[in-house]
Amino acid sequence: MDITILCYLIPALVMFCCGVYGFMTRRNMIAMLISLELMLNAVDLNFVLFNRYLYPGSNEGWFFTLFGIAIAAAETALAIAIIVNLFHASKNIDVRDVAHMKH
Amino acid sequence: MESLGSQIIYWIIAAVIVVCSVLTVTTRKILRAATYLLFVLFATAAIYFKLDYEFLGTVQIAVYAGGIVVLFVFAILLTTRPGDNSQLLESRKRTIGALGALCAAGLTGWALFSRCADLFTSLPAMSNPTMQTIGQAMLGSGYEQYLLPFEAISVLLLACIIGGVVVARKR
Repeated sequence: MDITILCYLIPALVMFCCGVYGFMTRRNMIAMLISLELMLNAVDLNFVLFNRYLYPGSNEGWFFTLFGIAIAAAETALAIAIIVNLFHASKNIDVRDVAHMKH
Repeated sequence: MESLGSQIIYWIIAAVIVVCSVLTVTTRKILRAATYLLFVLFATAAIYFKLDYEFLGTVQIAVYAGGIVVLFVFAILLTTRPGDNSQLLESRKRTIGALGALCAAGLTGWALFSRCADLFTSLPAMSNPTMQTIGQAMLGSGYEQYLLPFEAISVLLLACIIGGVVVARKR
């Protein structure tokens, strides 16, 4: 069996759709963040795959992933700081209750 | 034609990714969701190693598995009582979510199979990017060199550090 690019794109697609499902159904903010990480990871994987299969020897795709990982780390750290702060304020990290914070 | 060992490793990686992604979003204990996410990230790093991007795989393990998942675990331990289950989903919400995900999967899968079938050749040969190539690509400003994004990321990280300290400090 030849392992073509399609063989890797299918698991990446499953990963992305799981992320979409989790982001739409979860109510806990940390669980939503975890789903977001799944989606980001699937997209990173796609960049690397297209780089490796279509333009081997060139650097663009996987450097994009490298920078994407750095951005994901920054975004997660900040989001978790906000969530922990929110928990101290209201003892709850359910997205349905966050709207009350405005008042 | 790939060797048998390579195929076996591919099937293991694909199975881990598919099963653990589904479990990540369906399990009701949030700490378990973080653990399954860790397995997905490790499997992704294994794909990077398999495609000859050793540096990228190492970064994936160090930053994602070593940094982000640890952050998640600490945040979960700070904000939930151990043993808590998340509430059962309302069936309407679950239907909408599943419908959205399945529509996205169907549309993308259809596009993949019907439009891009002739692109798919076997893995082309490539020499692994050396450390020298990586360093020069990151800190040069010529063709295929990325000094400007590198600096932008540094500023972003600085802003993120300051933001994190300001948001999380005690008042």
